[in-house]
Amino acid sequence: MSTPARTARRSGLRSGEAASGWLFTAPMIILLGMFLVIPVLMALWVSFSDWNGRGSPFGGTVSFVGLDNYSALVGGGGLAEQDFGTALRNNAWYVLLVVPTQTMLSLLLAVLVNRQILRGRGFFRTAFYFPSVTSSVAITVLWLFLFSASGAVNKLLAFIGINGPNWFNDPSGVLHNFLGLFGVETGPAALTGNTFLGISFWEWLAGPSVAMSAFILMAVFTTSGTFMLLFIAALQNLSGDVVEAAMMDGANGWQRFWRVTLPQLRPTLFTVLTLGLIGAWQVFDQIYTGTQGGPGKTTLTPAYLSYQAAFTNQAWGQGAAIAFILFVIIVAFTLFQRWLLAERQVSERRMRPYLQNPTSGGSK
Amino acid sequence: MQRRNSRWLIGTGLAVAGALTLSACGSGSGFGDTADAGGELTSDSSQGLNVLIGSSGDAETASVNAAVAAWSEKSGTDAKVSVASDLNQQLAQGFAAQKPADVFYLSTDALAGYASNGSLLAYGDQLANKDDFYPSLVNSFTYEDKFYCAPKDFSTLGLVINTDLWAQAGLTDADIPTTWDELAAVSKTLTTDTQVGLSLGGEYARLGAFMAQAGGSLMNEDSTEVTANSAESVAGLEYAQTLLNDGVMSYASEIGAGWGGEAFGKQLSAMTIEGNWITGAMKSDFPAVNYTVAELPAGPEGKGTLQFTNCWGIAADSPNQAAALELVEQLTSKDAQLTFSEEFGPMPSIESAADEWKTANPTLVAFLDGADYAQGVPNVKGAADVVSDLNAQLESLKTGDAQAILDSVQKNLEALLK
Repeated sequence: MSTPARTARRSGLRSGEAASGWLFTAPMIILLGMFLVIPVLMALWVSFSDWNGRGSPFGGTVSFVGLDNYSALVGGGGLAEQDFGTALRNNAWYVLLVVPTQTMLSLLLAVLVNRQILRGRGFFRTAFYFPSVTSSVAITVLWLFLFSASGAVNKLLAFIGINGPNWFNDPSGVLHNFLGLFGVETGPAALTGNTFLGISFWEWLAGPSVAMSAFILMAVFTTSGTFMLLFIAALQNLSGDVVEAAMMDGANGWQRFWRVTLPQLRPTLFTVLTLGLIGAWQVFDQIYTGTQGGPGKTTLTPAYLSYQAAFTNQAWGQGAAIAFILFVIIVAFTLFQRWLLAERQVSERRMRPYLQNPTSGGSK
Repeated sequence: MQRRNSRWLIGTGLAVAGALTLSACGSGSGFGDTADAGGELTSDSSQGLNVLIGSSGDAETASVNAAVAAWSEKSGTDAKVSVASDLNQQLAQGFAAQKPADVFYLSTDALAGYASNGSLLAYGDQLANKDDFYPSLVNSFTYEDKFYCAPKDFSTLGLVINTDLWAQAGLTDADIPTTWDELAAVSKTLTTDTQVGLSLGGEYARLGAFMAQAGGSLMNEDSTEVTANSAESVAGLEYAQTLLNDGVMSYASEIGAGWGGEAFGKQLSAMTIEGNWITGAMKSDFPAVNYTVAELPAGPEGKGTLQFTNCWGIAADSPNQAAALELVEQLTSKDAQLTFSEEFGPMPSIESAADEWKTANPTLVAFLDGADYAQGVPNVKGAADVVSDLNAQLESLKTGDAQAILDSVQKNLEALLK
């Protein structure tokens, strides 16, 4: 802050502003503090304590246990570690498939319904947005019906001669199944023998289970509409003259999209990817209402595991620890993709054609 | 920079102040004043009782409401019944806030967690009708040698048979299986293109019965020793595996049903292994299906089945434990239990009600007969997690290795005893 500004603040003419500023923001600060900051700090404390769910976590009988709760999860060698590893595995596959798919699909939908020549654009926008405004519990129930063993999806598959899987009861990993087609039933010893977080590398590579795949489809179905809306807003903000200029330069439609439109959407892309990442890592309601972690724990997610540890097993410290590890994971992923999407200087290799000496270029 | 610093300072200050206030509230609400087990019961009669139940439906809610209201009128203590939508969560919130419901349903799974953190009043030994409960049920609610709470009712597993499909296959009453070989034989006879002989849920709570028949179990009766990977337990699972691989038994989920009762009701299977709760589902969802119930066939080590039960928990933080105890005695009395049984179907947890129950439910006698040899589920702290891990593994029992599955259970359960 520069010196003149500071003197201006002290000069007396505007001295009341800071106080009234605080006054006006106080209700929100108090509300956020009460319902967000303090609970989060309390949970952080619980994750380092042996609180067992009775009375206040700050009571006299609760003691500090250091990293015990965390180490049970990441190196305890017991069931807790194994469950946590399984939950992370499941959720990582979920994120890996949901986030790119929903981003691409929503961008595609946005570009489609943003075209001036499309008739009934309003109808399509509403239709695509509809799943987003429906409660996730209702959609989960719908999904359970659609994907039941004799449900609509399997009927449809049977129509084209495919014997559909028993979706929500099939714990087998999609990648394992794919490898199974080529006769690979068990992995090499290097993968099956070594473990990370209590489950073997071969299990890490199982892919999402068939049950989880149904949830992945559901997440894409429900969230694409919301993100489509963000992309539409961004697309409508773009000025036409840049695209026109590109047209004049002879760029075809494909090039105009990739080289001109998409780079301008970078801020929106960041928003969508961040929101997508957070939502996908925190998946809970679908699991809670749908499968409760089954079949074979293949739809267990850290968020649901945290709930289960705390509320059904009275392992509150461990539940809170899971939540904070999840928090760290989300922050790390967000920072990583911010770095990935950061505006950079155009590399020399890319610049070269434009930097070439016009005369030498002409002489070739 | 300066303004920024001061903003952070104020923010942190607020957070710390808030946290301190909260902690003061927490410890201020009195940690030391909870009655210890065996000590004097609290009896603040100015406070009414809150009863929290996880109801199976309207019939149960109405029935419990009526019973509690009747007690309330007689004793002059107010009592209010609320139905939990998520019992575990609501209980946990109550205990954390030190304002729990006074009397509540409690499952065997949840007992160890709440007993070990001191949330529960161990009132079992003060019950007037203590000796009337089935000993195996008392065992299920005994944690670290203290009998915590009165069993509310219980269920056992039986073999439920579709009589029409049975007759169609040319079988008679004499063919009702009493041994493993006979079970395999009739399952085979009953398996056709459209139905499988036997279906059941692919979980420990059903397949464990086979382990019991082979003389195995996950833990011994007092949950002090792990017996999960004993030769007997493995033999039980292997028998189930054989039936699955022979195609005469299926998991309900494999044939498109949510549980054994649904598969049975939809006639996807001719027999199922379920508890007495199946009668309610059959009456409301599949009234046209005729069925009979038999005891589970005996294995190499004799008869075996599993039992499931809930109890009436009383909170250690309840201001009026004396009245709560009275209410529980009333709710577990013979008359009350027989009324519950009539209205929504559970089996009474006391031996003195057995004869009358059998007379009133001649078709369900097999379930109650199972009480003599039924095995409870382990109740050490954390056992529920191990069982859910076992369930996850049992889903692929068909292709799995019974010994390896039970070895992992052995390891996980042993870790709990340390």
